[in-house]
Amino acid sequence: MSTKTATPSSQDHGQHANPKGIKLPIYMDNHATTPMDPRVLEEMLPYFMEKFGNSASRNHPFGWAAEEAVELSRERIAKLIGATPKEIIFTSGATESDNLAIKGVAEMYREKGNHIITAVTEHKAVLDTCKHLEKFGFRVTYLPVQKDGLVDLDDLKRAMDDKTILVTIMAANNEIGVLQPIAEIGKMCHERGVIFHTDAVQAIGKVPVDVNKMNIDVASITGHKLYGPKGAGALYVRRKNPRVQIVPLIDGGGHERGMRSGTLNVPGIAGLGKACAIAQEEMPQEAIRMAGMRDRLKNSIMSRLDEVYVNGSMEHHLPGNLNISFAYVEGESLLMGINDIAVSSGSACTSATLEPSYVLKALGTGDDLAHSSIRFGIGRFNTEAEIDYVADRVVETVLRLRELSPLYEMAKEGVDLKSVKWAAEAH
Amino acid sequence: MSYSDKVIDHYNNPRNVGSMDKKDSDVGTGLVGAPECGDVMKLQIKVNPQTNIIEDAKFKTFGCGSAIASSSLATEWVKGKTIDEALAIKNTEIVKELALPPVKIHCSVLAEDAIRAAIGDWKKKQEAAKPVAAQVAQ
Repeated sequence: MSTKTATPSSQDHGQHANPKGIKLPIYMDNHATTPMDPRVLEEMLPYFMEKFGNSASRNHPFGWAAEEAVELSRERIAKLIGATPKEIIFTSGATESDNLAIKGVAEMYREKGNHIITAVTEHKAVLDTCKHLEKFGFRVTYLPVQKDGLVDLDDLKRAMDDKTILVTIMAANNEIGVLQPIAEIGKMCHERGVIFHTDAVQAIGKVPVDVNKMNIDVASITGHKLYGPKGAGALYVRRKNPRVQIVPLIDGGGHERGMRSGTLNVPGIAGLGKACAIAQEEMPQEAIRMAGMRDRLKNSIMSRLDEVYVNGSMEHHLPGNLNISFAYVEGESLLMGINDIAVSSGSACTSATLEPSYVLKALGTGDDLAHSSIRFGIGRFNTEAEIDYVADRVVETVLRLRELSPLYEMAKEGVDLKSVKWAAEAH
Repeated sequence: MSYSDKVIDHYNNPRNVGSMDKKDSDVGTGLVGAPECGDVMKLQIKVNPQTNIIEDAKFKTFGCGSAIASSSLATEWVKGKTIDEALAIKNTEIVKELALPPVKIHCSVLAEDAIRAAIGDWKKKQEAAKPVAAQVAQ
């Protein structure tokens, strides 16, 4: 299995071996991006120099070689999600795919209606695109989520009306790893003749996604979340039952059946396809291994610390994701204490906006616990030894910071922190 | 975000961590910030009533590394100062000493607030104690 392959980053970032033989820093932020699988790089390399052709050049072998790589990739992506190759449109990545899907459908079906339904925990690439459309006369319903992060299907049913043209709900959340009931949502959409788009970038290659079984009409895919290259993405667009049409964002040479003009990124596309082929082959075993490591991390931390809370449903969950809040400890200070481990926090201090995670807030997690959250993103190249090291470092740092925390002291003295009248901060 | 060496030093080796008896008449306690904002500082001072000199200071902070460093530095600075000297400490001096970036200036503001709140609490206790002291003298 792929665990035997060297981590591509092992020579970089000033890493050094620690006594346990673990290379530091440890990368455990695989929802942000994944290291590229060496097998993917190998697949891409010929398309930079020897096979540099433009896949749209129909009259010479340089073009043919490039086209062959592109079509192989299209087949591999389609196979992974149960689609046909002609339903795959290449893009520059997830943000473009989300924009193309939502704006493309909205413009194409404007005559039919102007109502779009999404959820508050979507990625900004979806939320901001919807907000943009509101300026042009579209009406958007932002569904709330339940405490476990899942959309309530009754809420969705109630939100749909005769002007609804599009529902866009992500397959797996990038922060809390929660898997939405995509198949049920797809079924509801199809029963009402509404197009269903899903941002599936965190799910594809990690959990099974089948566009037919799940009634998905449009799906966003990106390479760098599944050990492929950055800058290479795709959009699945259904061709029958029903045939979905989209208006392009980028006009030009009519590439990708007119839906996305521009010379294709052949090396990136070859890499994306290879990443999908590897995922297809290894997902069943890999998902079990990821979930095993995730549970090991969770149990190791939670057996040694009190007042630690898991964010999001553990039942409907990505195998490699663990998002937990450590009460009385601020997330950024925790990250600073475990600075040989790369993870993320929902703390305001780590965001550009100085607002804590909107996803955690949508779950009803108090702002205090949102500030205390850490997202662990376990990936293909992580090992059990790393999991154990991370758990130990997290536990010792949380204990140290709790000794430093006035909130922990007050809680231990029996003070109800919610009843305290806090002096407002002067900023 | 990268931190200055001084912030890292205070974070790794915070000075004067701990708590003093809130009920002690010589102790002033300042509790500022709010958990929802991601920062809470508790700063305590022990003042010699004869000299008005801050003889000891302790802190506990819930917050980012810069908040921890700002409060740790504040306890270092107030120790040995008179009440009036401590009140003259400005957040901008903390910003300068720790080389805080603009997004972390509020941490220094909070530390200054914590010093003022602790002194305010101590002063309140002194005033409350005065009439009693006067009675005893009679």
